[in-house]
Amino acid sequence: MNPSPVDAAGAAPGFSTATPVGQEPASLYRRVMLQGKYEALAMLRNGEQLILAVVLPLLALVGLTVTPFLDGLGASRIDVAVPGILALCAMSTAFTGQGIATGFDRRYGVLRFLSTTPLGRGGLIAGKVLSVLAVLCLQVAVVAAVGLALGWQPTAVGWVPGLILLAVGAAAFTALGLLVAGTVRPEATLAITNLLWILLGALGGIVIPAERLPAAAQQVVGFLPSGALGEALRGAFLHGALNGSAALILVLWTVIAGAAAIRWFKWN
Amino acid sequence: MLRVVSGISLIAERGQVTALLGANGAGKTTTLECAQGLQKRSGGSISLLGHDPAAAGADLRSRVGVMLQDGGLPPSARPLPLLRHIAGLYARPWPVDDLAERLGIDTFSRTTVRRLSGGQKQRLALAAALLGRPEVLFLDEPSAGLDPQSRQLVFELITELRDAGMGIILTTHLMDDAQRLADYVYIIDGGRNVAEGTVQELLRRGPAVETGTDHVRTLTFEAKPGLDLSDVLPADVVVAEERAGSYSATGVLTPQHLAALTAWWAANGIMPASMTLQARSLEDVFLDISGKDIR
Repeated sequence: MNPSPVDAAGAAPGFSTATPVGQEPASLYRRVMLQGKYEALAMLRNGEQLILAVVLPLLALVGLTVTPFLDGLGASRIDVAVPGILALCAMSTAFTGQGIATGFDRRYGVLRFLSTTPLGRGGLIAGKVLSVLAVLCLQVAVVAAVGLALGWQPTAVGWVPGLILLAVGAAAFTALGLLVAGTVRPEATLAITNLLWILLGALGGIVIPAERLPAAAQQVVGFLPSGALGEALRGAFLHGALNGSAALILVLWTVIAGAAAIRWFKWN
Repeated sequence: MLRVVSGISLIAERGQVTALLGANGAGKTTTLECAQGLQKRSGGSISLLGHDPAAAGADLRSRVGVMLQDGGLPPSARPLPLLRHIAGLYARPWPVDDLAERLGIDTFSRTTVRRLSGGQKQRLALAAALLGRPEVLFLDEPSAGLDPQSRQLVFELITELRDAGMGIILTTHLMDDAQRLADYVYIIDGGRNVAEGTVQELLRRGPAVETGTDHVRTLTFEAKPGLDLSDVLPADVVVAEERAGSYSATGVLTPQHLAALTAWWAANGIMPASMTLQARSLEDVFLDISGKDIR
């Protein structure tokens, strides 16, 4: 049989730090904020992620202003280019960057360890969403500043629907990134999310509108999260419009990918 | 459905180190992960501080510390910022600097996790598990990768925490760990617990030997093959010639037994090439119970 339990009062005298304290978690708000900050800083300190999140979108922005791809779609090339680049930023951070980070965290057992702390699985996901939003805010500030310097003239009323749609797009891409990261090996996540970033970035209707793509692609891209987000942001910043059907498509992607991630995400 | 673990029943008390001892693949980690709420179990019941770990909320998780076998630490992180981050998840954490100093983490605080040695990683993972000053501490193979100095440090801390009232549950496949640390041992084999007791109780389990309360010892010696020792030692000492010329005598050996044996050697002109007297180790018990098959 088991020996009888030793009373905690019989603990070694004079040693207080090791004594269990009847611990309590920090508040939920504090836990999620801390995790969001920690992950956002980790993302910003990672050179490859920074290239993906800031350098490549800025290069694409400059590229689109010196080439004629977007001519005739708006008042100026830059007016058409910036909304698409903002959409590209959301895909960089929420899908590729976050997906790769989560995939490797899963490989190294970081997700399992953190889910045993007061943070838990829910707090972990909330922290990831928060870190994506924080990095996206920085990206918007940088891209908007460069865009304005290059002569971008967004519709003033476009900012409210634009930022709302950007957040919805980020949610869809976060859910998709988690779905990939939680179901395949991290090396595969790395390959898939980078490849899709390039394919969707070039042909997914995100920076180059559907009407400038090959006929076969035009039918499809509107239903992709990339095409829907690009269209929605161009509608907002060029015309001050809230594109309801594009928003609906983004919400559907969020719900479907989110449900699939909840169903199939493997924590170990 | 795969049944990795079926038929494990165990209790771990506060202020004690409870060890799950078993070979690789015996089901130790699975058992621990069910108790931590990391794995869904398909049956049975687990009570962790009076709650079901499968439905654990932040309150319960804050009272339990977990050190995973693979560490679970992000490779790009540096030790002190990582510990500070985790400490922030608790209302009353162990002061990070104090804990880092106790575990010698301050000596490598600027190195990223991926560049740490195995022992340094283990110490960092232990610190991460202790930041919440938990009531229950789970350690999965805590001595894996530890050099002798780190091992000493970690074992002293575990003992100290135990004495301070923490309930510690650890897995190990090293008999020596269990022998040095554990107050109570469960031997796990093939997904079930096959034996349990204090280390002393387990050591007293001899092969077909009535033991009472004394220690079982084994005397081994090498001499010429074919000696008949049946009249030299009493029947409760098990004598065997395991290989030609290699003898063992196991039982509650007394000075009288040794005197009888050496007197018999002297009378017959036998000088052994070697002789060793050993207390029975947990390893012997383990091999007796689990069998000697490699699996």
